[in-house]
Amino acid sequence: MYGEEPLFGLLGRIGRPVDGHRPWPRFVTDRVGWRLLIEHLGGNGWSLLGLWGEAAAVHTALREDLSGDVAVVSLPCPDRRFPSLSGVRPAAIRLERMAQDLFGLVAERAVAGQSIDDRPWLDHGKWGTRHPLAAEPVITTAPGPQEQPPYRFLPAEGPGLHQIPVGPVHAGIIEPGHFRFTANGETVVRLEERLGYVHKGVEGLMRGKTPADAARIVARLSGDSTVAHAIAFARAVEAALGIEPPPRAVWLRALMAELERVANHLGDIGAICNDAAFAFMLAEMGQLREVVLRAADACFGHRLMMDRVVPGGVTPDIAESGRGRLTDLTAELRRRFAPLVAIYDGKASLNDRTVSTGIVSTGLVQRFGAGGYVGRASGRGLDARRSPGYAPYTDLDFEVPVLTEGDVNARVWIRIREVEQSLSLIDQILRRMPGVPRGPDGIVPPPVLPRLPERGGEGMALVESFRGEIMTWVRLAGDGTIDRCHPRDPSWFQWPLLEAAIEGNIVADFPLCNKSFNGSYSGQDL
Amino acid sequence: MLKHILRSLTGGPVTEAAPVPGADTLADLGARVAARSRARLGRSLSIRQVDAGSCNGCELEIHALNNPLYDLERFGIRFVASPRHADVLLVTGPVTKNMADALCRTWDATPDPKWVVACGACAIDGGVFAGSYACVGPVEAVLPVDLRIPGCPPRPVELLSGLLALLETTAAERPR
Ligand code: SF4
Repeated sequence: MYGEEPLFGLLGRIGRPVDGHRPWPRFVTDRVGWRLLIEHLGGNGWSLLGLWGEAAAVHTALREDLSGDVAVVSLPCPDRRFPSLSGVRPAAIRLERMAQDLFGLVAERAVAGQSIDDRPWLDHGKWGTRHPLAAEPVITTAPGPQEQPPYRFLPAEGPGLHQIPVGPVHAGIIEPGHFRFTANGETVVRLEERLGYVHKGVEGLMRGKTPADAARIVARLSGDSTVAHAIAFARAVEAALGIEPPPRAVWLRALMAELERVANHLGDIGAICNDAAFAFMLAEMGQLREVVLRAADACFGHRLMMDRVVPGGVTPDIAESGRGRLTDLTAELRRRFAPLVAIYDGKASLNDRTVSTGIVSTGLVQRFGAGGYVGRASGRGLDARRSPGYAPYTDLDFEVPVLTEGDVNARVWIRIREVEQSLSLIDQILRRMPGVPRGPDGIVPPPVLPRLPERGGEGMALVESFRGEIMTWVRLAGDGTIDRCHPRDPSWFQWPLLEAAIEGNIVADFPLCNKSFNGSYSGQDL
Repeated sequence: MLKHILRSLTGGPVTEAAPVPGADTLADLGARVAARSRARLGRSLSIRQVDAGSCNGCELEIHALNNPLYDLERFGIRFVASPRHADVLLVTGPVTKNMADALCRTWDATPDPKWVVACGACAIDGGVFAGSYACVGPVEAVLPVDLRIPGCPPRPVELLSGLLALLETTAAERPR
């Protein structure tokens, strides 16, 4: 059967590997090979890690979950048409729509009976240009609001159905996006998301920048995951250049990543409970989150630790008092977090709202390759820190919590367990982090390479953010500047599942479900 | 839970003392706001936050203002759900082209007198996103801006002193 042929086996058969793509291989194939790949994807369980375009090519990254093998497959398409992967990997739908919006690449039907969603996704007709990243962008005059063709929402028809449009500007302090509910009374029959409102043109801005400048942009792709995105980008650039950052930097990065994870999970737990009308938890978790951010500020000089992780290392080093401060922090959090968890567990009225609300099936998270707490609450236990794994996590002890209920409650519990795991990781890192030897001049060098080599190369990285797995792919031009970079936020594979989670729930539970997903708008809008 | 409440009741408030309004934000505001409406808003100021393309970093810190340590509401500053209830629009982000319409419509829906605060580097000058095909640019390219709070993102204390400055100026404008 198809599924039995290993990833590298098939790719070796349909394509040839490209030199200088690290750490995993990239294969270039042709249309026949690409179609064969689609046929195989229909019969096996390889995860889609990403799909992104270029002026005259389309790329996809795949992982064989059992062996952990990862590879990129590329199809040159000078005519800007390619057979669609969306028939066999539904998570590709929005990624292909993005490739169409940015590069004018057209996805064609590849599987019998497949219908292609050719509606624009990020392009709302306002840019004054179409296909802005294509070799020859099409300049348009942005039409006025009256001339704007309305977005075609998918129809949901039947007696007694009504629509509720929400957004892009929402009632709370959150990011903008549009939600179109079709409901029967209180019960949601269908939710369709329309995102792209905060598209900032990140990939276009990065082009031609030095890795150091591009890192500042990537650090602002999604502010809540600034550390994780910066690590993914730095690792991809380092892979492309074939260099290693100083060992201490690797540990400092993990330290920041775990602080970021704890801060976000604490904030999320509080916010989810608040949407179930239990404001007490928001007040308590808000205080704990604040304690973490202040510690981060004291250690690294920025509350969100933005711009601390750079290609080549970390700058600056943790403050002199940092180790002591963080040891106190984990002790304080352990003391204050556990009683709050007990309160969450014991509040029947709260559990009444979170248990069995917004269920996502294991089958769906598998089909969409969703990671993070969304995947792990529904039985998909992948974690990039484990598989493929990266330093220093390969040397650290931690568990990846997995539940199967798939409801809001399970997503809360995954976060609770991950906070506990991260506190343990922070302690381990503090104990084992290598110091930096003083130089002969008595000065301690910062944990960053003095300068990056100016040469070309291709690299990619998989990094676990608090939200799930980030995949970043980069190609450096000969002078060491960014030729093409695609950072794929975990939200891409989680947003579509929110549409499934809310089905059959009441409209009033949407904020709760949405908060339990906490998808990044900015991260997926790019 | 009862134990927890008891401890909170006896332990005193966790809320911290208010910062002194930043001198330069005050000056910045004074000139602009003086020319605006003299209408009295009362001690209470209602803010509608609008994300016009932010990376969500600014939102995280605005959220922090509501945690018990900063406790914004004690100053009579509240975040409201509708622009129709707002005196101030607190705008973040480099105003993406996809959000410009929605931002203008939110402004139109806000009753006079109203103030616009540009929050964060992006809202002030586009930040790292300046020059993108997808961004209009700073908030002032779309709306008249009354106060700028710099930072990427501004720390909660910086947000607080900016908003306090706004509050004190609007209060000082009160006709007797
Ligand atoms: S100012 Fe900084 S934190 Fe705020 S939206 Fe812009 S990039 Fe994000």
